[in-house]
Amino acid sequence: MSNTVLARDKSSINLNPELRNLHTTCAYCGVGCGVDAQINDDTRSITVKGLTSHPSNYGRLCSKGSALADTIGLGERILQPQVYSKAVSWDNALNTIAQGFKKVIEEHGPDAVAFYGSGQLLTEDYYVANKLMKGFIGSGNIDTNSRLCMSSSVVGHKRAFGTDTVPGCYEDFEQANLIVLVGSNTAWCHPVLFQRIKKHKEDNPHVKVVVIDPRKTNTCDIADLHLAVNLGTDVWLFNGLLNYLNKNNKLDLEYINQYTQGLEESLQAAAISAGNLTETATILGVNEKDLGTFYKWFSDNEKVVTLYSQGVNQSSSGTDKVNSITNCHLATGRIGKPGMGPFSMTGQPNAMGGREVGGLANTLASHMDFTDDNIDRLKRFWNTDKLTQTQGLMAVDLFDAIEAGKIKAVWIMATNPVVSMPNADKVKKALQKCDLVVVSDCIEKTDTMDLAHVKLPATPWSEKDGTVTNSERRISRQRALLTPAGQAKHDWWMICQVAKRLGFNEGFNFDSPADIFREHAALSGFENHVVKNGKGRRRDFDISGLQSISNEEYESLQPIQWPVNAKHPNGSSRFFAKGEFYTSNQKGNFLALTPKLPQNSTNNEFPLALNSGRIRDQWHTMSRTALAPQLNQHISEPFVQMHPNDALQNKLCDQQLVKVSSKWGDMTGRLNITVDVKVAEIFAPMHWTNQLSKTGRINSVVNPVVDEFSKQPESKFTPVKVDSYPANWHGFMLSREEISWPDIDYVVSVKGKQQTRYELAHSTQIAQPITQMLNWLGIQNEAAAKAQQLEILSYQDVGSNLYRLALVDKNAQLQGVAFMAPDTNLPERTWLSMQFEQATLSTRARHALLSGYAPAGEDIGAIVCACYSVGEKTIKHAIQEKGCITTKQLGIELKAGTNCGSCIPELKQLISKCSQ
Amino acid sequence: MKAKLVLIGNGMAGAKLLEELMSSSPDKYDITVFGNEPYGNYNRIMLSPLLAGEKTLEEIMVLDRPWYEQHGINLYVGEEKAIIEIDRIHKIVTTLDGQKTPYDRLIIATGSKPFILPIEGTQLNGVMSFRDISDVEKMIQASNQHKKAVVIGAGLLGLEAAMGLCGRGMDVTVVHSNVVPLNRQLDNEAGTLLQQELSTRGLNFKMNAQTQYIEGNAKGDVTKIHFKDGSFLETDIVIMAIGIRPNMQIAKDAGLHCEKGIVVNDTLQTYDPKIYALGECIQHRGGTFGLVAPLYDQAKVLTNHLSEHGVAQYQTLPSATKLKVTGINLFSVGLIDEKSDEKTADNQQFETLVYRDKQQGIYKKLVLKNNILVGAVLYGETKEGAFYNELLDEKKDLSEIRPYLMFGRGLCQERMTENSEQEIHKQAVIKGESK
Repeated sequence: MSNTVLARDKSSINLNPELRNLHTTCAYCGVGCGVDAQINDDTRSITVKGLTSHPSNYGRLCSKGSALADTIGLGERILQPQVYSKAVSWDNALNTIAQGFKKVIEEHGPDAVAFYGSGQLLTEDYYVANKLMKGFIGSGNIDTNSRLCMSSSVVGHKRAFGTDTVPGCYEDFEQANLIVLVGSNTAWCHPVLFQRIKKHKEDNPHVKVVVIDPRKTNTCDIADLHLAVNLGTDVWLFNGLLNYLNKNNKLDLEYINQYTQGLEESLQAAAISAGNLTETATILGVNEKDLGTFYKWFSDNEKVVTLYSQGVNQSSSGTDKVNSITNCHLATGRIGKPGMGPFSMTGQPNAMGGREVGGLANTLASHMDFTDDNIDRLKRFWNTDKLTQTQGLMAVDLFDAIEAGKIKAVWIMATNPVVSMPNADKVKKALQKCDLVVVSDCIEKTDTMDLAHVKLPATPWSEKDGTVTNSERRISRQRALLTPAGQAKHDWWMICQVAKRLGFNEGFNFDSPADIFREHAALSGFENHVVKNGKGRRRDFDISGLQSISNEEYESLQPIQWPVNAKHPNGSSRFFAKGEFYTSNQKGNFLALTPKLPQNSTNNEFPLALNSGRIRDQWHTMSRTALAPQLNQHISEPFVQMHPNDALQNKLCDQQLVKVSSKWGDMTGRLNITVDVKVAEIFAPMHWTNQLSKTGRINSVVNPVVDEFSKQPESKFTPVKVDSYPANWHGFMLSREEISWPDIDYVVSVKGKQQTRYELAHSTQIAQPITQMLNWLGIQNEAAAKAQQLEILSYQDVGSNLYRLALVDKNAQLQGVAFMAPDTNLPERTWLSMQFEQATLSTRARHALLSGYAPAGEDIGAIVCACYSVGEKTIKHAIQEKGCITTKQLGIELKAGTNCGSCIPELKQLISKCSQ
Repeated sequence: MKAKLVLIGNGMAGAKLLEELMSSSPDKYDITVFGNEPYGNYNRIMLSPLLAGEKTLEEIMVLDRPWYEQHGINLYVGEEKAIIEIDRIHKIVTTLDGQKTPYDRLIIATGSKPFILPIEGTQLNGVMSFRDISDVEKMIQASNQHKKAVVIGAGLLGLEAAMGLCGRGMDVTVVHSNVVPLNRQLDNEAGTLLQQELSTRGLNFKMNAQTQYIEGNAKGDVTKIHFKDGSFLETDIVIMAIGIRPNMQIAKDAGLHCEKGIVVNDTLQTYDPKIYALGECIQHRGGTFGLVAPLYDQAKVLTNHLSEHGVAQYQTLPSATKLKVTGINLFSVGLIDEKSDEKTADNQQFETLVYRDKQQGIYKKLVLKNNILVGAVLYGETKEGAFYNELLDEKKDLSEIRPYLMFGRGLCQERMTENSEQEIHKQAVIKGESK
């Protein structure tokens, strides 16, 4: 891939460039923070800070958001279309797709093709994708990675409210007296919202926070109560709560009678399954007293928000879990009023936008579902006779259908299902068998892109342009800060181009995202009212107030919460305070819920339950976050958390490599023994791919079990076993230049500043390790090193199987190091990594280099604050020697924790550890 | 009346003994010292800096004549005061000039003499050794008059002599029977680095060479040195620096048991209980000595006995070597070439830790046996020498610090503290659960 088209002659760089500022939104989680970007067009670089005026974050940004500017480099980008690995023109690529899809549709019908989208597509991209598949190709086969994170909430909302509505807003957290965080490591996954909650609690000490999570996460740092419930038992918990509220006369009968239906049945079901506190506590695996405390706090606090996330959704009873929560809020009338309500926290920047356009296979469009009147309505609006009459295949089924050969052509947009889908190896096989795989992405090498026949260069964050909707239904503009690099194009453009080549010229003549947005807004208001002949139907999603905005108004659109219509021209914060649900009789539904354990249970062969999730500084499959060195410092390798009792029983040691296997597949990660997970439950991160690790894809292990209503996979529970990985040696390399992976069992790449790190392990001995490591670093032998004016430093202790090597150039600049040891007793990589940032090695550093440790007294330890690269030892020193005993003092002394603040829980832990 | 103590030899060992004795029991003996060099006591190991012109004679004096006077020690020095007879029956020593001195205790510290190759031509003018101040004076004089020098022997002394002469403007060739210089202290790799370094400083080497004879002219001056392979070098002077031999004639003549040296037990007593010996003239448990550190240890042990303080026993420990050539950092102690060590017969495994940074001219090797440090060679970077010397003496198991050992005391200490903290933390994690 050549970047020469983009490289600028240095002499043309203006020393005093004119800088532009643009407001946009962050590319990552569902909080949807506003970003103030300063753009230098000459250097094609930006700097970012939190946008003070944005109501999601009021100027805050987390570690990931703060690093956005470091992810826009062109090195990893795909900048030209490719067909069968050959660079081609857009025309050629688009024709290939159109011909391929056409042929399959003609021969096998529209259901033999599919789109698989993403919550990272912008609403406009999403809208045309959905329109093309459902409206013109005529198949329901468009699903998205939102299936993996949000679909249980969608179905839960629809069952309770008659539509997919998040009833509240972020401000509710700041007005609540009790905040219940369920299945959410808010501190790491939605850090800015977490900071808002934390600030609220600090300002109002009476405010209580309850964390419900099998794991003790950093979110527990602000918890007054942590209920470490057994995996998958949430319905018992909230059925128990409903029963408690009933028994203690805490039901809001007025609200119930006026606005809801079905209470009796659900009370009955609750009493049967969770009528006894002692038994419920046993099922949940928590202390009875703690459980009672939670129930009491909930019943005593009118202003309560229950935030839930993937711990609830990713379950075979995810929809029931969602409704067990909505039941409690409906029963107390605590919904849609300031400071109260159930709150589904979305994982992705535009999962909500996807839901709004109907980008899920089981929704039609614009919050309409597959009813005859809606089908008729949409046909007329889109002016098509091809609209699908039935819903399509949802993620797991969709890839199964590809594997079975029923779907023969698929277009995957802005996502990486080979990494993120459960039973991911099967997804890989499916794509390998598929006749035509089209992938549009901004990154050239992803596990999914590797399997594509047609690779399309999409614009990434910083180039794409449109709108996103965050978790509180707030629509914000994500703006193009830079012109598209190379031949990169917006997804909506590609989709429209293919649509036209498929012969659908009429519906896809869009010139800009504003064009698409206007149509999307118009559709949301189309026949969105009750009319007597039964043709009308109220829909919650209504932004008809924006259907006529001009291009200029679209350009300057300020963040606004839907609905935006004649009644609410400036948007609206809340729903359902006075009923008005979107069911046929406008009553909210209670659901009678019978709790179920996860579908697959642990057994003798697979005795442990695998839970999976995110880590603080990475996003999804790391294709962008792993480009920012500072985000790879916090946790840089796939890991497995396990309770000490299980480790003892399995004879496993901390930091060793372990193999996690299930009936579906296996992965290898580094063991982290901790009491933060429960006995018989382990945790592994979802992020690692084959681009960054040879064996770190946890979703190869995860079972393809889904919720019967939402079809959302049960990513939080898979029966597994954990075995010691029989390493003959462990090692790592750091190289200024990227190097190809050695042909050994375990490799993980970690991009750092001025170097890439490779963590290594192998099951058999390597002959002539020093020479071998030299080869791995890209140097054939000593003579070759000499020819390149590279100096070799080596250390060997043959008896201990310790081998170390360093390469230094003629200017004494470090080029590479390699360490090999028989066990994991290898030095921290921090100090060695930092030596790559030096133009020349100091003599002291050179002498200490192959020890792997800083010359005595100079080591800063593992990085804790990613924003300012502050190490653990520096922090400990400040605590012990300089008397910093609060995080504030540490902030003044070292700046640690003063930017994104996500390391503050760790700073606190260090303070308490050091002062013990 | 105080017992009479007579010391034969006023070199490094003898003088150290006097110093120790003066601080331990200054009034116990009536002491008489005989030395055949006409000086007080000087630091013989500083002869190289003296030759190199880096030090003056005054600077290398350790005990001057007034010191002896202050401490009431009778000092007799000069060639005529060489002891020629020990009468063990009457306990009297006699000097060349006939002075007879009775003793209750006699200490022999006659040191060693340079080994001279048994070849033709060693009597020629310009053939000399490098042993005492008079040798240094001769070498300096020769360097002023002549151009070419050959040093036979690339041991410590030979190399120091060669560099000294080189520094004084001579064209010097070092002739050595081994493939690398300093082969008793360095392994081949370090030896090669040293040879390269010294070559760049202008020294010539003729390695693997066996000297056959030295040729002279009619005036009896050296002209050439011939080798067994038929080659030769023209030269004006020849320095023999191929080792030393214990100087034990006087003891032998007195009928004391001698082998390679004067045989002593662990309290440094000879076969005559009234007579002790120390320094380069002795043989202890089969070994002889050539470095300064063991001499000092011997002086301490002997002082302990002479003071009747106790039961100290002398134990031969490995001693560290340094080459006194400015800018060359080299340190060697203990077993350095594990393959050639004769003790491999006992099947205990030697393990080596090797560090190389060739462009910086650094090579380090540590030799372990059962995780106990038994030898170290440091070339180019020697500041941790003292650390390894200590570890060698302590003979303790180093398995815990082995991964850090090569990188010095500071890191070893830091890692030990860190590792124990981590261990405590790990235990806390496990205990955190058990409550």
